[in-house]
Amino acid sequence: MADDPYGILGLKRDASADAIKAAYRKLARKHHPDLNPGKPEAEARFKAVSAAHDLLSDPDKRGRFDRGEIDAEGQEQRPPGGYRRHADAAQGARYDGQSGGSPFDDLFADMFEARRRAESAPRPGQDESYRLDVSFIDAMLGTTTPMRLPDGRSLSVRIPPGITTGQVLRLRGQGGPGRNGGAAGDALIGITVQEHPLLRREGRNIAMELPVSLREAVLGGPVEVPTPSGRLRVTLPAHSDSGRQIRLRGKGVAAHGAEPAGDLLLTLKVVIGPADAALDAFLRDWSPATMEDPRAALDFPA
Amino acid sequence: MITPDILVARFPGLELGQLQEWIAEGMLRAEPGPSFTEIDVARIALIMELRDELALDDAALPVVLSLLDQLYALRRELATLRCTPPPP
Repeated sequence: MADDPYGILGLKRDASADAIKAAYRKLARKHHPDLNPGKPEAEARFKAVSAAHDLLSDPDKRGRFDRGEIDAEGQEQRPPGGYRRHADAAQGARYDGQSGGSPFDDLFADMFEARRRAESAPRPGQDESYRLDVSFIDAMLGTTTPMRLPDGRSLSVRIPPGITTGQVLRLRGQGGPGRNGGAAGDALIGITVQEHPLLRREGRNIAMELPVSLREAVLGGPVEVPTPSGRLRVTLPAHSDSGRQIRLRGKGVAAHGAEPAGDLLLTLKVVIGPADAALDAFLRDWSPATMEDPRAALDFPA
Repeated sequence: MITPDILVARFPGLELGQLQEWIAEGMLRAEPGPSFTEIDVARIALIMELRDELALDDAALPVVLSLLDQLYALRRELATLRCTPPPP
């Protein structure tokens, strides 16, 4: 015990003998090991408090300590908590309740009954979690995909159209088996939708860029467009600039339940194509009907 | 065999009359004879410590002992329960 005995008892150095006794009793009652079975920290505190009291309650030792002649070490220690060892062992039953029988019989009977009931009650199986990657097109149109579980079972997973990353599909009864006739748990499948290089989801609509030739952009007319729903014939309006949007109704995310199908949004992008001498010659000789500045709208403050 | 005389010799300040008083109040138990066991010796030490060192008075002492007896009974029951598998 190297700590300051005054500090341990919470006393000033000029504390009276009565104050020392009172401080010791207060702490000893709180930390006595026989009153605190199962709390080793109480025993350590009690030992420190006792040693501090032994030193300070002896006027001779206290004087020598105060003058620095001895330190707080080397104090004789009484072995505390002698009763606890007996009382926790079988012979402790000697001092059980006077009326015979444990005062906790009813409590333990209840605990056993609750445990027995819990063991035999039908218990549902655990839910099992899995992850599944879904292609962009499958997530858009919906599909049914087989999925192999780690335990060898194969599940048929129906992917509804419009599913998004982070959604969880629950397959009832495909998780862990139940006990005592309880229902099996569910398989929870977390979905990750993969990116697509050409397509982008905007809610239930799908956005896609549509490259068109200069001639198609100026003259318009029917063009054939490959889409996730197959090749479609689209009539371009004449004089379509880059950036013009064409909406193909119902060709986006497929309809599902109450949700109607989304649209496919085509954004035109004019492609000049490889060098062509005839086009060069035509444009050189061409004088536009109106000389409109395409950059007129670009108006920066000077 | 631990007799009352041995106890009186072992604990300075303990008198036969006090011993009989504790037995009469149910705070201490004795075998016919009377004789005592090791747990009784430890209990006397505890009673004297609670009374003399911790200054519990005569009214508080039996209350504290009764609560302690219940506490230790519960601890022993729990220890048994931990080792016993639940009934089928």
